Amino acid sequence: MTLLRRGYGTTPLHLVAHVAAFALAAYALLQIVDARRADNIVLWLVGAVILHDFVLLPLYSGLDRAARRVAAGRTTNFLRVPAGLSALLLLVYFPLILGRSERTYETLSGLSPSGYLGRWLLVTGLLFAGSAIVFVITGSRRASRSAPPAQGA
Amino acid sequence: MQPGERAVPADDEGSERRGLARLFPQTPPPGPFRRTFWSSPLRGPWLTSILGTILLGGVVVVATTGFLSHAAYNPSLGMNAIVDPGRDLPLTFDWPTSPSWLYAVSQGLHVNIGLATIPFLLAKLWSVIPRLFAWPPASTPAQAIERTAVALLVSSAVFLFATGVANILYWYPFKFNFVVAHYWAAAVFVAALAVHLAVKTPVILRAYRTRGALAPLRADLASTEREPEDSDGLVAEKPADPTITRRGVLAFAGGGALLLLVANAGQSIGGPLRSLAFLAPRRQVADDGPNGFPVNKTFRGAGVPEQAVGAGTYRLMLRGDGGERELSRQDLLALTQRTQSLPIACVEGWSTTQSWSGVPLSELARLVGAEEADEVFVESLQPRGVLRESTLSRDQFRDERSLLALRVNGSDLSLDHGFPARVIVPALPGVHNTKWVAAMTFRSRA
Repeated sequence: MTLLRRGYGTTPLHLVAHVAAFALAAYALLQIVDARRADNIVLWLVGAVILHDFVLLPLYSGLDRAARRVAAGRTTNFLRVPAGLSALLLLVYFPLILGRSERTYETLSGLSPSGYLGRWLLVTGLLFAGSAIVFVITGSRRASRSAPPAQGA
Repeated sequence: MQPGERAVPADDEGSERRGLARLFPQTPPPGPFRRTFWSSPLRGPWLTSILGTILLGGVVVVATTGFLSHAAYNPSLGMNAIVDPGRDLPLTFDWPTSPSWLYAVSQGLHVNIGLATIPFLLAKLWSVIPRLFAWPPASTPAQAIERTAVALLVSSAVFLFATGVANILYWYPFKFNFVVAHYWAAAVFVAALAVHLAVKTPVILRAYRTRGALAPLRADLASTEREPEDSDGLVAEKPADPTITRRGVLAFAGGGALLLLVANAGQSIGGPLRSLAFLAPRRQVADDGPNGFPVNKTFRGAGVPEQAVGAGTYRLMLRGDGGERELSRQDLLALTQRTQSLPIACVEGWSTTQSWSGVPLSELARLVGAEEADEVFVESLQPRGVLRESTLSRDQFRDERSLLALRVNGSDLSLDHGFPARVIVPALPGVHNTKWVAAMTFRSRA
């Protein structure tokens, strides 16, 4: 037992639990691959990880790093938060915002998906405006508390 | 990699290098494989634990309501199943008709909590990204197996959220069947999550015990420091100055969750909130009239032949053990009429409650001597598509609120809402409330 534990790295229970989980996962994956029209499912499963870990995350980390350079110190979060929230909305709703689902949408609902881009831009504008207002208010409070006043407004 | 980060000595394990670690060079490759590459002072077991705990709450709701939705389609009846019933998991049960809002709430939670969980999933993945580049990739077989399970977990999670969102937004960049893939990916996710929790619960509890479950939230920016060194390599070796507090990270993700809820939830709640849901796919309706509520599939989109619904040609075919009946819409209007306020809810998470009038399904069963039938097979005039037919259970067609609706809100149904006649059953998924009903066959299972 100790030998197994040392060779494996931890308690054998760990192995048993993982084998059980892998068995269920493998069964489930087989059901997807076996189903009709399973063409690009594996691509999608692998692509999901690649897209997040090697594209999305480096992309927003890079943008964040750039933003920290442009707006250092207290300004950072006043830029980061509205930009991040707006990007989140775009990430989730881009098929509607960028009109990728127009045809299916019309066939199903009988209406055309209108105004999504405009409303996203409007909300983005509001987020940045709100951030700017909070920045100015908190900035002037700081200034009144302590001279010299904070810079960068 | 930042300047001055080269020539970093590898973790000095000296002669301790055992097992799989010997397969890899001692010095990690440059870039993200170096501990110094990751500079956020916030990362550490506590932050990952709190994000993981919140994420867990979200995915438990989403997974539970997801499997409930699968059961709500009564896949064991007739040809309802989209996922091969011979291979299905034993998780289905007779879906009840009460409370009538059951499916609207359950599926509304599935979609809206799902959306609100996305920022926490992103934050959680951000918090553990250094683990992806851990060096050596595994030093024991246990670690290698654990990392495979994590790969399955991340892959299935991102896949589920991506396909779920694409589906509610009517964007189909994939060729596979959404229902089948989403369902089985959820099984992969649950299996991978279960072992992940089993492995990580002690780590989470230790983080809460040593740091205090909520204590790190009290730190302001000036006192935000990195967590004590951990064995998982999450804590930055050379931390940068903090630009945000830990409570700031939670508020940021929480703000994203709230924004997504505001953007979407109105289409599930309905009323004046519907148009406030500024990015919801079903925020708009055609008009303010009695038929002014969202349409799942239009008359034209469904390809129903126009002549089939004409006053002179439309006939409803009823079949049961006690015989057959053919009824025109006039005949149907001459039968017992009942008015019921019932919600109709789509698998896509939007719903609406309307006042429906028509013939109770139990009355139609009586007409063909089928009160004791086990199920009713409902067919639409819609010529194609998996959802042109559905099978309702005995409890469903015998519920006194279940109607073959002819009118809604005091007016005739519009073509888009299923004129001449449509099914409306409490707590039944929207698409199983068949529109343009052509035939109903009450039958008993042998």
